[in-house]
Amino acid sequence: MSDPALEIRGLGKAFTLHVQGGVTLPVLKDVTLSVRPGECVVLADPSGAGKSTLLRVVYGNYLAQGGRVLVRHRDRVVDMVGAPARLVLEVRRRTIGYVSQFLRVIPRVPTDQVVAGTLRARGVPATEALDRARAVLTRLGIPERLWALSPVTFSGGEQQRVNVARVFVADYPILLLDEPTASLDAASRLAVVDLIREARRRGAAVLGTVHDAQVRSEVATRVQTLAGTEAA
Amino acid sequence: MSAPSEERPLLGVRGLAKRYGAHVGCLDVGFDLWPGEVLGIVGESGSGKTTVLNCLSGRVAADGGRVTYVTAGGAPVDMLGLDESARRRLLRSEWGVVHQHPRDGLRMGVSAGANVGERLMALGARHYGRVRGQALDWLARVEIDQDRIDDLPETFSGGMLQRLQIARNLVTAPRLVLMDEPTGGLDVSVQARLLDLLRGLVEDLGLSAVIVTHDLAVARLLAHRLLVMRGGEIVEAGLTDQVLDDPQHPYAQLLVSSVLQP
Repeated sequence: MSDPALEIRGLGKAFTLHVQGGVTLPVLKDVTLSVRPGECVVLADPSGAGKSTLLRVVYGNYLAQGGRVLVRHRDRVVDMVGAPARLVLEVRRRTIGYVSQFLRVIPRVPTDQVVAGTLRARGVPATEALDRARAVLTRLGIPERLWALSPVTFSGGEQQRVNVARVFVADYPILLLDEPTASLDAASRLAVVDLIREARRRGAAVLGTVHDAQVRSEVATRVQTLAGTEAA
Repeated sequence: MSAPSEERPLLGVRGLAKRYGAHVGCLDVGFDLWPGEVLGIVGESGSGKTTVLNCLSGRVAADGGRVTYVTAGGAPVDMLGLDESARRRLLRSEWGVVHQHPRDGLRMGVSAGANVGERLMALGARHYGRVRGQALDWLARVEIDQDRIDDLPETFSGGMLQRLQIARNLVTAPRLVLMDEPTGGLDVSVQARLLDLLRGLVEDLGLSAVIVTHDLAVARLLAHRLLVMRGGEIVEAGLTDQVLDDPQHPYAQLLVSSVLQP
């Protein structure tokens, strides 16, 4: 078996809320799991267990209190816990793609440019980036008449698809997916499932949360809990 | 930004301090700015963020600390120890300073075109047609109607003035731009336009920038990294989305949680 693309060891995360009397909320405790290239690990804990928090810690969006997040980045291994901001950005540009449940964009930027931005940041020429962006938007059923508009005014489902598109437009070796199919209709769900399976086939390591049982069975190679127990 | 290993910071700031009598302007401020990086400085009014910017640009004389800038030629320069004429020359050729109030950064008595062309001429451009051509080009890039090139800035709206100030600063392709509340006081629609413009320019020109703002949404969209200041000191520093989504310092948490979500 190949080495893991992502290896989480003994990860801990608590939030100390200074504004609310300094109360501390422990969320993740001693989480250990690894994802190999071609695998899709789906976390099966109930809501509020910390699945999204884990994805955010791996992405460097939240700071961990302990443990390690080892990411194979180009020809070396980077520990995202304690990595300097510039290195985290470099890992995000090249190695880890993250589909969150929120779309954050500069108002006024057209949808196809938002999606192409992922590739532009990697130095892909503008025309090629735009072509690839439009191709993935087409696959996700965002009609051409919307491409020139900012996604700010789109419906929830459309925004979610733009979120998926801006990550899947590039071939990230590691994908973090936070409910990528929530709020999508059946056709869009199918398109996302296809994209995930394609990514797996080219060797991407996928870690995510998927509530929809049908989608889960179609994309997951392993379903487990944060505590490490395998689930069906 | 390319691979971290092959680079060194463009700007290194250590122990920067400024007092206004008994009042602390800023205290022990230190950070590095890397090529192609946008650093945001956030905090409430009076937190010292503008003081830091003014100390960097030399508008205000720092009381202590070190500011090292690596020039286009690759030589590190001690900015605070530089004599006035050398500092001015460097500022004109390699830095841009965008003031919060465009009138502070523009010459209101000369035309829009002259405002943009002036910096080129200061760097030795003499061919009138070419200077005018570049001025026209930059007016278009900041979305000012090219017909307005001969108009005085007095006749421009606030948003147009701010965009003109940006054009004036970027026409000479500076390596480092300091911006103080670049979107402050503008209508929201104009703000969005300016954000889009700034982001595009940063990406296309590969410039580095320090942006002071009290607007966390602006910081999120423009800055790679953030410094949170309070009482003249940096209380938190980190990746922009991490500082905004998982702030550690009590004041940073208060700042983030006090923002109204639109």
